[in-house]
Amino acid sequence: MSVFLMMSAAAAETAHGGEAASASLPQLDPTWWPSQLFWLALTFGVLYWLMAGKFLPTLGGAIEERRDRIADDLDQAAEFRRQAEDAEAAYNKALADARAKAQSIAADTRAQMDEEIAGLQAETDEALANQLSAAEARIASMKADASAKVREAAADTTRAVVQTLIDEAPTDDAVAKAIDAVRA
Amino acid sequence: MIDFRAAGPLEQFEIVKLVDLPLGGIDISLTNSSLWMLIGTGAIILFFVFATRRVSLIPGRLQGAAEVLYEFIADLVRDTIGSDGRKFFPYVFTLFLWILVANLFGLLPTFPGAPHGLHTFTTTSHLIVTLALAMLTILIVIVYGFAKNGLKFFKLFAPSGVPVWLLPLIAVIEVVSFLSRPISLSVRLFANMFAGHIILKLFAGFIISLFGAGGAFALLGIFPFLGTIAVTMLEFLVAALQAYVFAVLTCIYLSDAAHAADH
Repeated sequence: MSVFLMMSAAAAETAHGGEAASASLPQLDPTWWPSQLFWLALTFGVLYWLMAGKFLPTLGGAIEERRDRIADDLDQAAEFRRQAEDAEAAYNKALADARAKAQSIAADTRAQMDEEIAGLQAETDEALANQLSAAEARIASMKADASAKVREAAADTTRAVVQTLIDEAPTDDAVAKAIDAVRA
Repeated sequence: MIDFRAAGPLEQFEIVKLVDLPLGGIDISLTNSSLWMLIGTGAIILFFVFATRRVSLIPGRLQGAAEVLYEFIADLVRDTIGSDGRKFFPYVFTLFLWILVANLFGLLPTFPGAPHGLHTFTTTSHLIVTLALAMLTILIVIVYGFAKNGLKFFKLFAPSGVPVWLLPLIAVIEVVSFLSRPISLSVRLFANMFAGHIILKLFAGFIISLFGAGGAFALLGIFPFLGTIAVTMLEFLVAALQAYVFAVLTCIYLSDAAHAADH
């Protein structure tokens, strides 16, 4: 309680001091109104003039430029992204094309090689068949030859046997008949 | 020894002539009030000169701070007035900064032992200053209102959607409210500054009185001391808030003028 009393006493004292200094509010003294208005108009006017003419356009320009620049950069980034995506698509397409081409080349080569192999095989088969048939022909002729020689020998032998036995040379016809008869 | 108690709570508002400057019968002498207007305005100009000296895409600290202020007021003007507000942006910006710096610089401590005329002075603690700023705003509102809307500006006093039988009453209320705008606008700022500085002075006076009383009372001086600190912090808030309030209300009044015909 004494604190408040003391405080109010102090307030009264300071208030009293104020009264002694000036009887009324300095704000209500019109003596200095023209001066205050003049300096207010001067400082406010100069400040407005500088703000409107210089500072704010400069700052606004910087802010605007930054905003434009960021927008531009974002646009450019989007453009780059689009280009990258295009490049990727082109790469994928080229890759697929190359793969398809490689596959077709492999298939072609395989087909060509198969064809070649088949050709060679056929050739070889034919050559073998020819050789076989030639050999068979030769065997056949040799066989015929041999059997003709055997028949001749048989005929000679028969003729000799008959000469010896009956002292008569048989005709070739008779010998041939006799051999045929025996062979049959 | 300086007698601290000599200064009353009203003495801080006294105007002291520093340089005599009569202009054809009108006394426009440089006073402590003029000095603090010059200091405040000079500080703002200096700040912006350095902030905009080398404007770059990546702002430095000063440019960044200036841009924050710019965007703050630009957003306020855009949100309140709309696209018509663009041309009022420099005015609202200047108004806000001038008042903000006047309020804040008034809270600077006085250099101990400085002559009376060089004590810290709050230019916005004088009604004539705030009234002039409020009248300027209202003048712009009226001139712009008539230039933009012609006689439809009077629709401001007859809001649409009001029943006809109620219209006379509403119109009278609207006219009175319009006429009281410059008064409320100026008195709000003046009274806040005036009262804040008186409270500061009284609390500070208690410290001196209690300390002068000596003994146990000297120890009690800690309470008004803490009070002074608290009020000082509060006054910084009030200083910024009142500058903002003045700017916001200016924007709202300008918005009324811009859109009076659509009411």
